[in-house]
Amino acid sequence: MNDHSLIIIGGGPAGMAAALAAKKAGIEDLLILERDSHLGGILNQCIHNGFGLHTFKEELTGPEYAERYANMVKQEQIPYELDTMVLSVEKLKDSNKKAVTVISSKRGVQTLYAEAVILAMGCRERPRGALNIPGYRPQGVYTAGTAQKLINLEGAKIGKEVVILGSGDIGLIMARRMTLEGAHVAAVAELMPYSSGLKRNIVQCLDDYNIPLLLSHTVVDIKGKEKLEGVYIAKVDEKKQPIEETKEYYPCDTLLLSCGLIPENELSLDGGVEIDPRTNGAYVDESLETSVEGVFSCGNVLHVHDLVDFVSEESARAGESAARYILSGKRSQGKTIEVKTGYGVRYTVPCRINVENAGELTHIRFRVSGVYKNVSIVIKSGDKELLRKKSMILVPSEMVDLLLKKSMLKESGEEMTVFIEEA
Amino acid sequence: MIKELTCICCPMGCSLKTEVNETGEVVSVTGNTCVRGENYAKTELTASVRIVTTTVLAESGKPVPVKTEEAVAKDKISDVVKSIKSVKIKLPVKMGDVIIKNVSDTGVNVISTRSVD
Repeated sequence: MNDHSLIIIGGGPAGMAAALAAKKAGIEDLLILERDSHLGGILNQCIHNGFGLHTFKEELTGPEYAERYANMVKQEQIPYELDTMVLSVEKLKDSNKKAVTVISSKRGVQTLYAEAVILAMGCRERPRGALNIPGYRPQGVYTAGTAQKLINLEGAKIGKEVVILGSGDIGLIMARRMTLEGAHVAAVAELMPYSSGLKRNIVQCLDDYNIPLLLSHTVVDIKGKEKLEGVYIAKVDEKKQPIEETKEYYPCDTLLLSCGLIPENELSLDGGVEIDPRTNGAYVDESLETSVEGVFSCGNVLHVHDLVDFVSEESARAGESAARYILSGKRSQGKTIEVKTGYGVRYTVPCRINVENAGELTHIRFRVSGVYKNVSIVIKSGDKELLRKKSMILVPSEMVDLLLKKSMLKESGEEMTVFIEEA
Repeated sequence: MIKELTCICCPMGCSLKTEVNETGEVVSVTGNTCVRGENYAKTELTASVRIVTTTVLAESGKPVPVKTEEAVAKDKISDVVKSIKSVKIKLPVKMGDVIIKNVSDTGVNVISTRSVD
């Protein structure tokens, strides 16, 4: 009873898309484990619209996108267990099986076994502790996602006068959300000279409500001992050092932090999965297989995405890969290509391509390290140029998705480099 | 009258300068790098609309996410939110159930975006 072909850890958009694709590819005995009381993950609290334009060709809210996937999971009769926390994932020494130890009120502590595991645990927010803001720890400082959960899922009132640090998408969305809930958002401060959120969110969430976006600004001090009283915001120089003279006081009872997301990889690390320090996600190959055989990774636990549609697409590939692995057993040990990053490219997913295992088209997803206008994205292997694509603009907040034909892979040497070439 | 806005058609985010005459008509758009910017400015300035998303409270105090079925005029957003906040609904609801018909006389319905028991 505790043996399965495939176990998927996480029942959010990544886990559900992976499960559906694996089932479609012929895996009957699979199981989704979800620690929350609902399928859908973070989407349930993302009540704004803008999801699904690629997947469903219409604009949905987060809960709608989640419910459509959850309905498909139920329709396909894919088993899932809620309120179930995975404690560890481990490849057995004497076989290719993976041991997945779980805890739930139904099972107690139990170890399940699977031929393949898909890691789809998502990400979490960078907390205040990681931001080095001086001051006391008063009540009223939240990560933006926590505030989103309290307001949208629990109906809580958070505060009336708000400052937001960080212009990530959740911060921008919450600026609008707090305004609609009757609060006044004084400002959104962003350390970088550009926003890390999508342009449409700046227009629809800030400009629509006349909320100022202070680029190259940060919170330098937090006032208040028991309850938050206000924050000091200062401009920063090119080295991101606050300029003392520009310090300005903003009285507020709420400070929201939207300062980046971190893939939640404690399970992966404990299971011996090698982690890429650039993404904080696993090193994966073209099949999204990690350094541990038969363990795959997809969605925000692999690298943080901007669009759930891309999560679903990527996760479906992980599901197909896991199915292929289970059904065929062995993976090809043929020619592999290391994917390296060059100028302007912060990371790539995958980092390694096994040419024989690759399908007709291989996705290479990456983010740039700054804002680049009128440039070319180039992939070279030695002196050979494999791909060149012009781009009017590249920004760190928008993930780039390149498609490589199998013929290009065959032409490549043992290494290829993705880089930005300025005109 | 000169109005400035940011185009949201692509990540380029062109800063658009638009000239609007007395009747509210857009007479010129500059700063755009492609035709999409011009079209965006025209609709944004003449008939700016948004889908409104928020939560409605159930009698138990539990929030249920809702949205306007169609986009409503931007200057109607706060009226729409007030109407939604003034009602309490009975559970269960299904995704897509109409929560308020013709909210704030916009001709648009507010629907639930999640099935809640």
